[in-house]
Amino acid sequence: MLQVSKTIKLFIGGKFPRTESGRSFPIHFKDSEQIYANICQGSRKDMRNAVEVAKAALPSWSGYTAFLRSQILYRMAEMLEGKRLEVTSILESVQGFDSKQANTNVDEAISALLYYAGFADKYAQVMGSMNPVSGPFHNFTVPEPVGVVGLVYDEDEFSLGQLMAELSAIICSGNTTVVLLNPQASCVLAPIAEVFATSDLPGGVINLISCHVGELLGHFSRHMEVNSMTCMGVEQEELYELKQQAVENMKRVVPAQKEKHSLENITKFTEYKTIWHTVGV
Amino acid sequence: MMNTETEIAKNSLAKESLAKQGQAKSGFNFDYSPAPESTDILKLKKKYDLFIGGKFVAPTEGKYFKTTNPATEQTIAEVAEASAADVDLAVQAARKAYEKVWSKTSGAERGRYLFRIARIMQERARELAVLETIDNGKPIKETRDVDIPLAANHFFYYAGWADKLDYAYPGKQVSPLGVAGQVIPWNFPLLMAAWKIAPALATGNTVVLKPAETTPLTALLLAEIIQQAGLPEGVVNIVTGFGPTGAEIVNHKDVNKVAFTGSTEVGKIIARSTAGTNKKLTLELGGKSANIVYEDAAIDQAVEGIVNGIYFNQGHVCCAGSRLLVEESVASEVLSALRARMANIRVGDPLDKNTDMGAINSAGELSKINCIVDRAKEDNLEFFEASATELPTKGYFRKPCYFNNVSASDAIFRKEVFGPVLSVTTFRTPQEAIQKANDTNYGLAAGVWSEKASKVQMTARHLKAGVVWGNTYNKLDPASPFGGYFESGWGREGGRHGLYAYLEVK
Repeated sequence: MLQVSKTIKLFIGGKFPRTESGRSFPIHFKDSEQIYANICQGSRKDMRNAVEVAKAALPSWSGYTAFLRSQILYRMAEMLEGKRLEVTSILESVQGFDSKQANTNVDEAISALLYYAGFADKYAQVMGSMNPVSGPFHNFTVPEPVGVVGLVYDEDEFSLGQLMAELSAIICSGNTTVVLLNPQASCVLAPIAEVFATSDLPGGVINLISCHVGELLGHFSRHMEVNSMTCMGVEQEELYELKQQAVENMKRVVPAQKEKHSLENITKFTEYKTIWHTVGV
Repeated sequence: MMNTETEIAKNSLAKESLAKQGQAKSGFNFDYSPAPESTDILKLKKKYDLFIGGKFVAPTEGKYFKTTNPATEQTIAEVAEASAADVDLAVQAARKAYEKVWSKTSGAERGRYLFRIARIMQERARELAVLETIDNGKPIKETRDVDIPLAANHFFYYAGWADKLDYAYPGKQVSPLGVAGQVIPWNFPLLMAAWKIAPALATGNTVVLKPAETTPLTALLLAEIIQQAGLPEGVVNIVTGFGPTGAEIVNHKDVNKVAFTGSTEVGKIIARSTAGTNKKLTLELGGKSANIVYEDAAIDQAVEGIVNGIYFNQGHVCCAGSRLLVEESVASEVLSALRARMANIRVGDPLDKNTDMGAINSAGELSKINCIVDRAKEDNLEFFEASATELPTKGYFRKPCYFNNVSASDAIFRKEVFGPVLSVTTFRTPQEAIQKANDTNYGLAAGVWSEKASKVQMTARHLKAGVVWGNTYNKLDPASPFGGYFESGWGREGGRHGLYAYLEVK
């Protein structure tokens, strides 16, 4: 019987819409003319829609208890484990990974989810402080999510572990995110979006847009509702330009991860709030 | 003092109509006699040079500018204007000191220098306070009790960190960045210098600092103190001048770190100009902070907090509580108490120990503030000014004032005034208060007034601001991180978190 192939669409606000632009680009099986899928070529409008829902999701997601966010990240790891076969088969047939490489990718992605699941309710204890000020005040500092984070993924060599590490680090503190994925990375959009959609992660916390990154980058960095940004696989020169554009709303453009498992991956997407309160009768 | 003032506020509540008619003084049986602080303690020079490589040197182009006392409009002294060549010399001196000396100096030893600087600042505190007051225009009461002690304490606090940096980031390796270029504003001249220099030195960096052109003198006295403390030559360099001098520091290619405190407008220029470099940048910029008064607040204390929030330091405070959000049910009570309190704010000679509000820092600032006020008056907003307050005939002074019934779209509600001008609006529910407070591009600070602690904490949790004061306002401390969200800047100063701006963490 003829196999039913999956239409790969965007992932915005917990739903799977087609791009409003009606555009698509083909992704081929490795070293083959045969088309694996026609993938949505996300537009500026799609990106803006995604930022809107990401902003709307912020109060609820950042308002979840840290423990609940932790459990949801763990649930994402469980769901990804369940999709191992699908993901590895895509990585093998489209990226040309051998079976070991493909499985390592999934292992790394799952490890990252677990690592940041564990950090969700601990990073504030590590990075916060009680400040012994001179006076009758209770004074403490807590890290908080910075808001809507833009993640640009434009690596030539795709790594699911790397992508998932950055994503988990962003959301574990309560941020929401819009991710621009280059065509390379778009091949796994469907299964990972399905992981996010079935893990009790509220719609809009993670939004995935497959696109030609260069087309949307400038609009992304100038967007007034994006509070922070990080870029993976973007050339230095382009990054400098993007940092200039980001100044308009004082967006925090932070460097991409140096290692997959690190507290700094979380704290670079946080702000510190210091609260004073009088002590007395 | 505080209690007396609260009492006065209470009394005057009943006598508000009198106060309104300009009879505030006659409503009481006493008045304050002048209590001027002497300036004899100062040994002013006619001309101040640049502090480069541990020595005071004349500027290469021989240019000097005047710094004036904003309370008298008289010139205090002439100060060197550093050119690009001077900045280059300062950066070279800082680089040399970093490579040859400071990066090889142990944390414990660096700490000892900082402790020593803090101690000499304490010893010469009165001299610093008087100098700050005449150069800046802020009351001696504030320089004596706030600016100078906090500045000295900042050095003392960071001194202790210098040999304990490993504890700041357990499991990580930290190293200094190199030469830090620092540009500071005129509203808390010495305190800002301390906020910049102390953490930079504690973490092993060397410094080129530019104080603001209207308030360069205490930084230069600090340079003398640094000399006296025997700090190795070139570890701290202080160059004076205007914006272009600051730009030379920021854009110097041998500077590794830039720290700026000032307006969001200039902050953005700096962020753009450093975007194409690997300089680490921290910015402490403007604000339009909300001061929220709930109906269950202790009203007298809240009124003191409102006054302290917006009229402290003539309103020249980046974290000033310039938007008062007051719950509708108590709005008229709060405003009437506020009006009475405002009528008792003593505006005048900054050197008088009884003065509450001194001079606006410069003629330029005064006209800027007046412009914004005049523009807001055209919007037909309800305006109140402590009309009976007599201002000195000389100098740049302004009466404290507020606009009431301001809406979110009014310019006065959105734009930072940086003067003693308050915008007032009301709310009906905590949600509305939070939404209005967060309706700004800034995110520096906020105040919350309620006798119900859980309500204060709930509100604080939802406010998008770097500092939230519960039942207090404008409190600063070296151990307490300070800095804002959004367009109020990047990074924190003070506390353990303030170290990060000057370290590479691996």
